Formats: sequence, C-alpha cells, structure tokens
Amino acid sequence: MPDKTIEKTVDALPGDTASTAGVVVTDSGPAPEKARSLWSDAWHDLRRNPLFLVSTVLIVFLLVMAIWPGLFTSASPRDADLAKHYLGKPNWSHFFAPDWFGYDVQGRSIYARVVYGARASITVGVGVTVAVTVLGTVIGMIAGYFGGWTDTLLSRLTDIFLGIPFLLGALVILNSFDDRTVMVVIMALAFLGWTQIARVARGAVITVKQADYVVAAKALGASTSRIMFRHILPNAVAPIIVVATIALGGYIAAEATLSFLGVGLGDTAVSWGGDVARGREQLRIAPHTLIVPSVMVSITVLSFLMFGDAVRNALDPKLR
Amino acid sequence: MTIIEETAGSPAPDASRDADRPLLEVRDLHVEFHTRDGIAKAVNGVNYSVDAGETLAVLGESGSGKSVTAQAIMGILDMPPGRIPQGEILFRGQDMLKMSGEERRKIRGNKIAMIFQDALSSLNPVLSVGYQLGEMFRVHQGLSKKEAKAKSIELMDRVKIPAAAARVNDYPHQFSGGMRQRIMIAMALALEPDLIIADEPTTALDVTVQAQVMDLLAELQREYHMGLILITHDLGVVADVADKIAVMYAGRIVETAPVHELYKRPAHPYTKGLLDSIPRLDQKGQELYAIKGLPPNLTRIPSGCAFNPRCPQAQDVCRTDVPPLFPVTERDGGALAGRGSACHFWKETIHG
Amino acid sequence: MAEPEKTSEAVDATPNVARVETVDAATEEQAVAAIDAPVERGEPILQVRNLVKHFPLTQGILLKRQVGAVKAVDGISFDLYQGETLGIVGESGCGKSTVAKLLMMLEKATAGEVFYKGQDITKLSGRALKAVRRNIQMVFQDPYTSLNPRMTVGDIIGETFEIHPEVAPKGDRRRRVQELLDVVGLNPEYINRYPHQFSGGQRQRIGIARGLALNPEIIICDEPVSALDVSVQAQVINLMEKLQDEFNLSYLFIAHDLSIVRHISDRVGVMYLGKMAEIGTDTQIYDHPTHPYTQALLSAVPVPDPEAREGRERIILTGDVPSPANPPSGCRFRTRCWKAQDKCAQEVPLLAVPERFKTSDSPAAHESACHFAEEKDVVHAA
Repeated sequence: MPDKTIEKTVDALPGDTASTAGVVVTDSGPAPEKARSLWSDAWHDLRRNPLFLVSTVLIVFLLVMAIWPGLFTSASPRDADLAKHYLGKPNWSHFFAPDWFGYDVQGRSIYARVVYGARASITVGVGVTVAVTVLGTVIGMIAGYFGGWTDTLLSRLTDIFLGIPFLLGALVILNSFDDRTVMVVIMALAFLGWTQIARVARGAVITVKQADYVVAAKALGASTSRIMFRHILPNAVAPIIVVATIALGGYIAAEATLSFLGVGLGDTAVSWGGDVARGREQLRIAPHTLIVPSVMVSITVLSFLMFGDAVRNALDPKLR
Repeated sequence: MTIIEETAGSPAPDASRDADRPLLEVRDLHVEFHTRDGIAKAVNGVNYSVDAGETLAVLGESGSGKSVTAQAIMGILDMPPGRIPQGEILFRGQDMLKMSGEERRKIRGNKIAMIFQDALSSLNPVLSVGYQLGEMFRVHQGLSKKEAKAKSIELMDRVKIPAAAARVNDYPHQFSGGMRQRIMIAMALALEPDLIIADEPTTALDVTVQAQVMDLLAELQREYHMGLILITHDLGVVADVADKIAVMYAGRIVETAPVHELYKRPAHPYTKGLLDSIPRLDQKGQELYAIKGLPPNLTRIPSGCAFNPRCPQAQDVCRTDVPPLFPVTERDGGALAGRGSACHFWKETIHG
Repeated sequence: MAEPEKTSEAVDATPNVARVETVDAATEEQAVAAIDAPVERGEPILQVRNLVKHFPLTQGILLKRQVGAVKAVDGISFDLYQGETLGIVGESGCGKSTVAKLLMMLEKATAGEVFYKGQDITKLSGRALKAVRRNIQMVFQDPYTSLNPRMTVGDIIGETFEIHPEVAPKGDRRRRVQELLDVVGLNPEYINRYPHQFSGGQRQRIGIARGLALNPEIIICDEPVSALDVSVQAQVINLMEKLQDEFNLSYLFIAHDLSIVRHISDRVGVMYLGKMAEIGTDTQIYDHPTHPYTQALLSAVPVPDPEAREGRERIILTGDVPSPANPPSGCRFRTRCWKAQDKCAQEVPLLAVPERFKTSDSPAAHESACHFAEEKDVVHAA
C-alpha cells in the first residue's frame, strides 16, 4: 500500500527541458510539494502515530491467535474436566498455562477458550467488513456514477435498510436460522450493514466523477468500465477504507452481542460472546468466567477502532 | 515613500506628512515553515513600509512570500508549522511581534483589517450578513443589537450595495461574488482601521466587477486616509491603484519603485521578464517573451540570487553572492526616490 | 442524416455564418471516411449552428418536476476554420465553458447542430463518434485536477492509445508517449512519474501532450493558462503556438483573459449570457468594437502600463450579470447597458453586420448583436 518510491522521487526532480537549471517544482504556498501521493503521505503519518503502532501490534497478535491458536496453548477449548468445575480459580501467575484464567462451569480452560474464540470473532469481523465493503461500494458506485433514477432508487433502498435497527434486525434474521454457522452470521450482518459504506461510496464517487480527469477520459471516448475502475474507484477508495476499518470493531462487538443473546454462532462454537453469556450465570461465584472473555472483546474492538481512527486521520486529515 | 532604507540605507523619507514613523513598517522579516521536506524559507528578510493614505502593492507569483508576509503582519500565521526566526513588524513604531496576544488582538480588530480573496469562505454561511457586520460593533464598541443593525445598513450603503436596508438580513450565498467582496470590504472598514491589507481582493471576480471593486476600495481609502497593502499577482491591477510597488521573488523583495517608474524602466531582470511576458491588449505582438524555468523550491532556494537559474543576465557573482537591495539611481548618479533593485547588474538592466 | 434545407434556413436567420455543406453518409464507413478526410487550410472545419443548452431546474426528490431552465447556451453560431485560432471570451456564467463541453459531446445539446467536416456530430454514434472524438481534443483549465493522481504520466498519455488502439500499435506506445513528452518540452524520462511530482506549468504540458496524442485536428482549450503563474503562462502560450504550426491544429481558445486571447487568436467571439454579442477578427474586436458589452469589457481590463491607462476611457458597468435562469427580455445586456432603449427590451438583436456599417469596408463592419452598434476605441489611449 504505501509507495515509498513516490515519496523519495519528489526530492530529485530536475528541472524540465525548458528550464536549464535544476530548479524544482513548487507552485503553491509555503509548503512546497504538499500535493504528494495520498498513500505515501498516509504512511508517513501512520508510522509516527503511537495509536497506530499499538493497535497494529495488538491486531497482528490477535490475527496470529486466530490463525494459529495452537501456538498459544496446548489445551483444547472443548476438553471439559468437571473436577475443575468451580474450583478452577485463575492462577494469574501461570502465564500461558491452561489454568491461567481458571476454568468455567464445565471445567474447560478459559485461557484456551479465549485463544480459540479469537478465530470466530475475527472471522466474523473481517468477513462482514469485506462483504459490506464490496456490496456497499458496488451499490454506492452505481448510484453515484449513473445518478438520476438509478440513484434515486438505490438511495431510497439504502434509506430503507438504514431504517432497520441493526441489532434487532440481526436478531430477527438469525433467529430464523437453526444452524448458525460463521457464514450465516456474516451474511446476516452484511445484509444489514452495507448502507453506511454505500452512502460513503456514493458521496465519494459523486465528488470524483466531477473531476476534470474523469471528464477528460470521457472526452477521449473511454468506456464506462474504464472510467469506473481506472479513474473513479482508485480515487474514491480512501474514505471507503476509512469507514470500513472503523466499522470492523463494531462488527466484532455485534457478533459478541448476538452470541450473548443466544442468536449468534451456535452453542457448539467457541466464541467470546457465547462465553460471556454463559459466564453471566456464574457472575457471583466465578466472576472470571465472565470478565476474561469480556475483556478480550473490549481489547479487540478497541484495537480495531484505534486502528481505524489512525487510518482515518492519515487518509483524511480534514476530519481531524 | 521609502521601503528600502533598512538594507540600502538610502535616506529618502518623504517626511512632509508627519514627522512620525510610518504607519506600518516591516523590518528584516523572516518566516519559515517546517515541512517534511525540510525548512521552507517563505520569507527571507523583507523590508517595507506604508504610510497613511498610501497604497503599497506587493507583487509576486505564488510562493513568492507575499501572502505569508501579510499573514505575519496580521498574526494569523499557523505557528507551527510557521516560525518567525527574526524580524520586526512595527505598527506606529511598536513591534507587534513583541506584544502580548491581547495587545495584538486589539490592533488586529481595530487598527488593521484584512480582505481575503475568497469572500464566500470568509463569511459564515449560516449567519445573515447584517448580523456578521453588526457583530463588529457589538463586540468592539458594545452597541445594542438595534444600533448595530443600523450601523450595518449604513456600512452596506457605503460600499454601494443596492437596497441595503432590504438586504441586511440576507445570507452570504444570496449575494453575487462582487457583492460578497463588498461585504468583506464593509467588514474590514467597520471599525475604521488605519491599515487595510487586501490579499488578491479581486482575483476571483470577473473583469467588469473587478473594476467596480477596485474603484470602491481606492475611493474608500482616500476617504478614510487609510494605508493599503495590496497583495496581487496581477500587474494590471497594480498599475491601476498602487502608489509604490514591491516585487517579491522567493521570499525577498527584488525591486521597489514608484508605480510609474516600475513599468517604464524596470531595474530587475525578473520584473522586466514579467512585464515582457504578458501580452498586450492594445496591440498584437509577436512571440511572447517567456521567463525560462520555474519558481524555486522554497526548501532549496538557489545560492546567491534566487533568480539566477532563470535569469538571462546571470554571471558567476549571481550564483555566489546574495544581492542586497541596491539603491537605483539615474545614469549620472542622480537619486531616484524610492527605487531599489536586488540585482548585481541593476545598472545594465535599467540603463541598457 | 443531416438536412440541408433546414440548415440553410438557420443560416438565413444568422447571416454571419456561411451555408454548411453537409455530407450525407449512408453507412458508418462513409461517415468515418468523411471524418478522416483532410480539410484545406482556411476552409471551415467546425460549424456550429444555433447551438442551445438548457439545464433543467427541478424540484422534488422522487418525482422531479421541471420548474425552469438555466439557459447556459442560447442559440449561438460560429465557424472554426482549419488552422486558425478562434478565441471565445466572456465572464463567468456566459456559457463559454458549456460550449466547450457541447463541442466535446460531454453534454447533450438541447437543440442546434455542430457540423464537423459537414456531418452533424450531435447525431453521430458508434465508430463515427469515436472517430470524431479522436479528432477533437481538449486541454483543461486546472492542471491539478485534470490529471488522474493515481496514474503515472506514461499511463495518462498512454491511455489515449488504449482507448483508440488503431492510432499506435502496442509495442510502439511507450516510445510515442516519450516523443510526446519531448514535443511539449518535458524530459521523456519522466514517463514513470506521478502528476503531483510536477509543477502547474509542467502538468499543463502533460495535459497538452495528452491532447496531442491522437493527432487531432481541433483542440478545444478551456482556460488553459488561467491557473498558471504569470511567468509560466507565457511558456505555455508559446508552446501552444509552436504546436499549432507544427501539427496544423485549429484551436478554439476559451478564456476570460482578454489580453491572452488577443495574443493567440485570429478571430474572437464575445459571449454574454449564453449569446454571442460580437464576433470578428482580433483587430475588429479589440480596436473597433461596436457592441457596448465588448467595449465595457475591454475598458475594464487593467493594463500593466499606468501611462497608457490614464489616457483610456473606462466604462464601469453597474450591477452584476443577471442569472441565466431568468435572462432579461430582448437584448440580454440591456440591464447593464448605458445605451438601452425600449427597443432593446422588446427585440432580440441579431448577430449581424450592423446596417450602418454594411456598405463600409472599415473594420467596424463585423457582426455585432446590438441595435445601436457604434464604434468606440476603448483600448488605446486617447
């Protein structure tokens, strides 16, 4: 993504052939060459943003956990040892040991469940974000580019979906599925969640569409698909990415909430939300069964929100 | 009528009006911006002065430092990234850079006002024009709402907005570009300042409207006996209204002259090049003279004279020594009041 | 396809322009062949007849209801001759940029015809339209927004060949792009750089190179230098003049800067509120203007010469340009005109050589849409 070569070459632009001397470009204002590539500028900002660095480390850590949970624990999240039931209080000094965070009602290692639960949360979060981004971008682009009736129709459709309360809608939809796999949850959330991206994409496309370089391409006789994919999309993608990264945290929270409410992933799945729901029942006797997965949800959501915030600040300085 | 005494030491103050110091005097002002690419030296030792009732035009292309100088005077520079490492800005002899924030604010509102290029973005779109004009009186003079409104109408009349009483409650977007610029002028005039700084006040306007607005500005300036600093890139606009001109290039003043002198006999190759490069309305010319190359990057200003890479007359000395603002004289050494040129070869340039 | 009868009628209504010799192309091949046929120098290459563009003003969100129209261009006619530069001047809102868009077929004309080598391009489609697009190119005003910031210079110029592959074979394109960069005075090694690495003047050169890539016959320049610094403007103007000679181009040069338009144009048209007020050679318009608007416009131009300035008469117009959604009846300039009489409110003045100059061979005898046209030199010191 960040194009270092762009950043570098700015320094070494010799004068054009019309100018014999090595004077370099500057046309506006006190800050010369401020019109640098968006990505190189963003990268420059991000590298220096502690928020970005912290959240990136956390996210990488969570991703590794989601992909290779075996790296973190040898215990299985499903092995129940009823002997440890209730008695298994956390041993906070037993780092990375199965009893680090104690055991749950059925005597399963909470540490192992937390590690294995990352996959469900992050798969749903990333999956919904990808689905929502693709769907929203396509709808927003079509509405923004073609305008007129198409736009009116799609915009009203967006408004209708926007009117559905997100969690209530998800509750209703997921309740009608018996076998709630990760895919089902992703589809349900994506079905309800594309509106925000569609609106942002539409707005960005409308702005970019009026740019002279798009007009220039039209004047040359470029096809609609060329204009859309070579000229509009690359220039409209920044705000879409910003909204998507910020939304990601929200989808992870939504998955946890739905699982807590019993309409998320099925009972057999290992998920933080489900564990929070089950932990609730032992809140008085064994609060750690509730607290540990809750804290994991919070850390994950926070990491993605911080990451999204940092990306937004870098890509869209005007919003700051 | 001098803008050059500091560096050139040519003592030619036109002391007839009053023995006091000039209304505004900028001395050896430096402004730099800390950017990713290094330090951009936007202003590198600018000296100029304006008297009451006088119009100084600061002429330059984008990046010449003309607007940055004005922002430094107004105290509206973004700091950071901006910094003023040295220099003085004397308003009636007092250095504004050494004043407290409160003192500066007082001068800024009451004594010095600024007019910007883009009137639409300088006015608040959700407040009526009358309210915005009246605000000046309510805040600075403590007038009541009603009195302030009456004053607003009076001001709008003064800047020749037709049917002022009827339009006082209109919002900025309901006015045309020319009318909005008049409202900006009215706001600047509200507290009857001693000095107005106009940054490209007519650039965004159409030619026929441009003429109206410039005329109005000149008329009001005479009426109030204000000092006016007119910042522009347009050699035509300058010729119309200025008394004296300071030409800026790469953050320095490269030439100063009374307006007629400058156009008749430019003493700096940059000024000369600029004048030769604009086509004439009253005759069909041959190929235009074009200054070769591009304005310099402010983070890497060429050594010696900043104009040397583009200058047809450049010699070795131009690449090594920064030319001070030499006083320009007649061929026989006779003084030319107010003229200066920062060119090692000013004699060759002006006298051929 | 085109109807000669109707056209000649139109010509009668606007006697300033010659009859259009239309080409009747039965098939697309014939149409393309006619479009690619060469035109003699000095012959008309582009003929605009009664061109109209109204932008509807609508109300309502779902059921849009037209409540009026912005009459951006309201019936203009002119010819562009092969190898010449026709300047179009006017203030903002006069419709000059809409004319450019109409000629580029970026907007659909509400009425009127645009004949390119005798074919009405507003009615073309498919291959014939693409052939026309190849032959008419555009240079934009803002060099900062007219180049896609995500594409390299090589891609920006090379894209023209991707859209019109017949112009340059694939293996040849990179070399062609480098040649073009050289032609516009840029280092051919810059081919892999991005637009933001160039200054405004250099970017405008890139825009010109893109315009030249397909060997067009006409280039429509919409304010090509107004966003540039004064010292860079002259470079770009000189470059454009050099290219015109080299490639035998016809320019339609749209600008608000009257000095630059005079410098580069052979003929000049003055537009006001969607209509052509006056049209003629540069000498006729600048030294012998007969339309009061042209006179006011010229007299308002600040001249960079204080001495010439003082001897000149200045006409300062009152008021602003009326809204093109609701233009004045009769002559559109009458609300700001010092000569206006009742007749001006009732009759639309035709663009024609005024009666009183018809028999004279003075330069004042050129087309001017004013009931009370009279010559007045406002440019030269008295």
